[in-house]
Amino acid sequence: MIPAGAIDCDIHPAVPSVRDLLPHLEPYWREHVQRRGLERDNFETSAYPPGAPINARPDWKPPAGPPGGSLPAMQAHILDPLRPAFAICNVIHGAQMMMSEDLSLALCRGINNWLAAEWLDRDDRLRASIVVPPHSPDLAAEEIERLAGDRRFVQVLLLAMAEIPLGRRMMWPVYRAAERHGLPIGIHAGSTYRHPLSAGGWGSTYLEDYVSFAQGHAAALNSLLAEGVFQKFPDLRVVLIESGVTWLPASMWRFNKTWRGVRAEVPWLNRLPADIVRERVRLTAQPFDAPPDTASLTTILEQLGSEDMLLFATDYPHWHYEGEAALPAGLPADLVRRITLDNPLATYPRLQQETAR
Amino acid sequence: MAKHVVATVAEIPPGGRKIVTVRGREIGVFNLGGAFHALINRCPHQGAALCTGAIVSRLEAPVPGEYRLTRPDTMIRCPWHCWEFDIATGQSWCEPDDVKARTYNVSVEPGEALAKGPFTAETVPVSVEQDYVVVEV
Ligand code: FES
Repeated sequence: MIPAGAIDCDIHPAVPSVRDLLPHLEPYWREHVQRRGLERDNFETSAYPPGAPINARPDWKPPAGPPGGSLPAMQAHILDPLRPAFAICNVIHGAQMMMSEDLSLALCRGINNWLAAEWLDRDDRLRASIVVPPHSPDLAAEEIERLAGDRRFVQVLLLAMAEIPLGRRMMWPVYRAAERHGLPIGIHAGSTYRHPLSAGGWGSTYLEDYVSFAQGHAAALNSLLAEGVFQKFPDLRVVLIESGVTWLPASMWRFNKTWRGVRAEVPWLNRLPADIVRERVRLTAQPFDAPPDTASLTTILEQLGSEDMLLFATDYPHWHYEGEAALPAGLPADLVRRITLDNPLATYPRLQQETAR
Repeated sequence: MAKHVVATVAEIPPGGRKIVTVRGREIGVFNLGGAFHALINRCPHQGAALCTGAIVSRLEAPVPGEYRLTRPDTMIRCPWHCWEFDIATGQSWCEPDDVKARTYNVSVEPGEALAKGPFTAETVPVSVEQDYVVVEV
């Protein structure tokens, strides 16, 4: 049972079509898009094909348009029955994957403007992650600066697999801007398709791609740790969104073990990497790659060595559970409160400030 | 605890080491810039002969890119899995509070004093003209 007032840390409004973004683009880019006829394409990412069953729960499919594309539907499906205090909108769109850095920025801006006007302005429970062009860190930082004054944007969104590993110094302008404004970096499952989703090469099936997403998250976290992002940006927090969660304890263990022998390679990493992860990294709890019961969840929390890391998320409209079973039944009330409220508030300074007011 | 004479001072010059056996225990005796230290020759990880590893400096960086070599030649790096230990304290670099190699007290005593006892000099013949390294085990 999800208590009212919970904080839903991952929901997915979908851009119905690029045509809907036109009013939210700058005039230059509106014309650019129309001259090229780009509004006729939706730039849906093949990571989340709307027709794939996992990406749309049958009872959450709107009569028309992509799942997640309608605010009234989202209200009826999730906001009104669950009554969250806040729900954080994460938009995944081809804009984040464009080869053209300028067009990528223009469309990301359009999406952020569209989010503010069509979602945040219309339901005051909604909050959002800033969508940025991930391959142009300077432009991404500019977009963060542009929106930072709007406190309804509570996070910066990246995909786990991009052109370069996320910890690389080239990416640091993004982290610097995010840290300055108290915005965690949300790293969502997925790729900008500069490289195969599996380190072994291109797979043949959606199945392989989807399962490989977890490796992408592990690689992103390894890179952030090894490159010293957590030392360089001591106030930065990272949220792994839709990571599947249960790979993390084994990965932490392996990282710790290997680090002990080669730590001189990364002299800035001067404490147990797993301790850094426990302090600075959070994970949304859907999907959860284990049986959806209290025993499995408790085991993972023990292995993680912390009850502060999991964040409640419905992952609307993706299909991981039925009814309102976004958390296993029978969890102790204290733990439910942590996952649905305390942990999200501790993760998102902007939500904390609003709640404190 | 008894004091054991394990070497002459001249035998272990600065930067040098000698591995000795005292009461069945292998101990590495190091001379770091004139100060003597003794460490058990068994790595707390999986038991490698710790004191036979390379003597290394502390490579540190408060933040990425700011490299510092501090306290040159004060750490021993285990020959098996390369964990590093502070020769003076036995503390591991990675988990200084939880993973430590055993250390022993070392002193330098003149042969004259040793002649009076009570010291055990199982393998090192003592003469009054020399100074000796003494380990407490
Ligand atoms: S035995 Fe010394 S590091 Fe493994």
